[in-house]
Amino acid sequence: MTGKTIAEKILSEKADTDVRAGEYVEAEIDVAMAHDITGPLAFETFDDVTPDDAELFAPERTVFTIDHHAPADGVEAANNHNAVREFAAEHGAHQFDVGDGICHAVLVEEGFVRPGDLVIGADSHSTTYGGVGAFGTGVGSTDLGTALATGDLWFRVPETKRFEVHGDLPTGVYAKDLILKFIGDVGFDGCTYQAAEYGGGAIESLPIHERLVLTNMAIEMGGKTGFVEPDERTAAYLERQADIEYDPDGTTSPDEDAAYESVHTYRATDLAPQVSKPANPENAVDVGAVEGTTVDQLFVGTCTNGRYEDIKLVADVLEGEELAPNVRMVVVPASGSVYRRMLETGVFETLVDAGAIVQNAGCGPCAGYHQGVLGDGDVCLATANRNFPGREGSMDSDVYLASPATVGVSALYGEITDPRRGDPQRYDDVILAEEASS
Amino acid sequence: MTTDRDRGRAWTFGDDIDTDQITPSRFIVSSDPDELAEHAFEDLRPAFAAEVSAGDYVVAGHNFGSGSSREHAPLSLVGAGVAGIVAQSFARIFFRNALNLGLPVVICPAADRIDDGDDVSIDLDEGSVRNHTTDETYDAESLPEFLQSLVDEGGLKPYTKTKLGTE
Repeated sequence: MTGKTIAEKILSEKADTDVRAGEYVEAEIDVAMAHDITGPLAFETFDDVTPDDAELFAPERTVFTIDHHAPADGVEAANNHNAVREFAAEHGAHQFDVGDGICHAVLVEEGFVRPGDLVIGADSHSTTYGGVGAFGTGVGSTDLGTALATGDLWFRVPETKRFEVHGDLPTGVYAKDLILKFIGDVGFDGCTYQAAEYGGGAIESLPIHERLVLTNMAIEMGGKTGFVEPDERTAAYLERQADIEYDPDGTTSPDEDAAYESVHTYRATDLAPQVSKPANPENAVDVGAVEGTTVDQLFVGTCTNGRYEDIKLVADVLEGEELAPNVRMVVVPASGSVYRRMLETGVFETLVDAGAIVQNAGCGPCAGYHQGVLGDGDVCLATANRNFPGREGSMDSDVYLASPATVGVSALYGEITDPRRGDPQRYDDVILAEEASS
Repeated sequence: MTTDRDRGRAWTFGDDIDTDQITPSRFIVSSDPDELAEHAFEDLRPAFAAEVSAGDYVVAGHNFGSGSSREHAPLSLVGAGVAGIVAQSFARIFFRNALNLGLPVVICPAADRIDDGDDVSIDLDEGSVRNHTTDETYDAESLPEFLQSLVDEGGLKPYTKTKLGTE
């Protein structure tokens, strides 16, 4: 029999039985998460299936966030926030409030997610956690609510598609460009019911904040989860970020003879910056194909690319410059700690001086709720993960997806611009960690 | 166990219908099925909510329910009384959420042969979709036994109550 993929290894461990792709298991959950939109419905489910005095399966590993409508944009949203606060307090779960940030950023930054964990989140971008080697997957509120009571959940063990990138990434090409390219190649549903494994030299050299981009958007090709094999870089990140000791001993590495559904191999030097045209992430093209497209709004943020390194990269481009007169720019840090760091390092001031609007940490206008919603005919270039019809507002608006570098450089020209015109930086975890400690 | 479900009108949709198109995100501050049902497909097909009848079917192309994990999307169709969804393929989380809610989801490669307004029914045991308008029967993928029993029990909540002994 062939070896196992990362997905097969983790689900075998969590189901305490040797399983392969295609089998159904009931597996033990390590971490459960819900936010202000999906939480209230999950709480109803929990209350419905349990007796009155029921406890959570593991309060210390249950996390609720208030990030989607944060701060509340209406009474119903505010009431949802209160429901989250009340349920968390009653059951002793961790709860992050308005301004603390987006669930996926917070869970990783605060050390709730470890390599090899099985993490369910009532949000589709829970695939993000694979960036540090966890099996993260998005579920609905009914799944989440029952799992809060039982500590386990049913899963179909997924087949795995492997994406390998060899060589050194060229200037201007980031993890965001890689994932848009992958989605473009396999299609919006190309990884449905499957896991995505990302490997090869170019992936191994990526800092953690970029690995999280690859896994965050696995869902944009239908993926159940996505993984970057955890390694020494992961260990260093976890220790620095959350004082977690981790030994990359290979237990969450794919076997050399693992059976893949397919393997997609790329040479890094062949790749160009990507832009996904409206209204589907799979519409990825080399930036040259859309250069010159006039934009009205630029949005830097979201659980995909709202990390400090992303925003600093944009600030570097805008340092001492001004936004093109035809555009507005909305910057939304993914977490409260990113927000504070922006203040400490002068990134905040640089952005404001250039004419950008900097908002509190949270999801911002990503899903079209508030704080930068698009009107009829508006065109937005965003570091977000989705550009579905009406995603950020009007059904008659257009969203293009790109890396922070592409968005930053485009802001100077007021049109979609090749980021290589601006000589963008590439940040490594370690450099930024040194900056923070100095 | 229900084997031959009732006939209903087909409401047809294309490929890649995402969760925001099923239930626009501006309405999801509510999690009440009846309230959500009033806004089902509101931007995409405004007549749906007003004209859908209990027992009707949603019929779609590939990748139905892509996008968000928000259960508000399948819940709005439960609220609307939809008897089942027939599609050429489903996005994973939507598929799972629908089954968890006890809403039958049927993968049928020939779903594109069904026209809007056709009179259809599904047979989950046999794994087929019947188009009474054209007098055709199409093959559908049967659910694995575990998931079929989940649907038959009414979804994940009743299943979990049985498991926890809290019925």
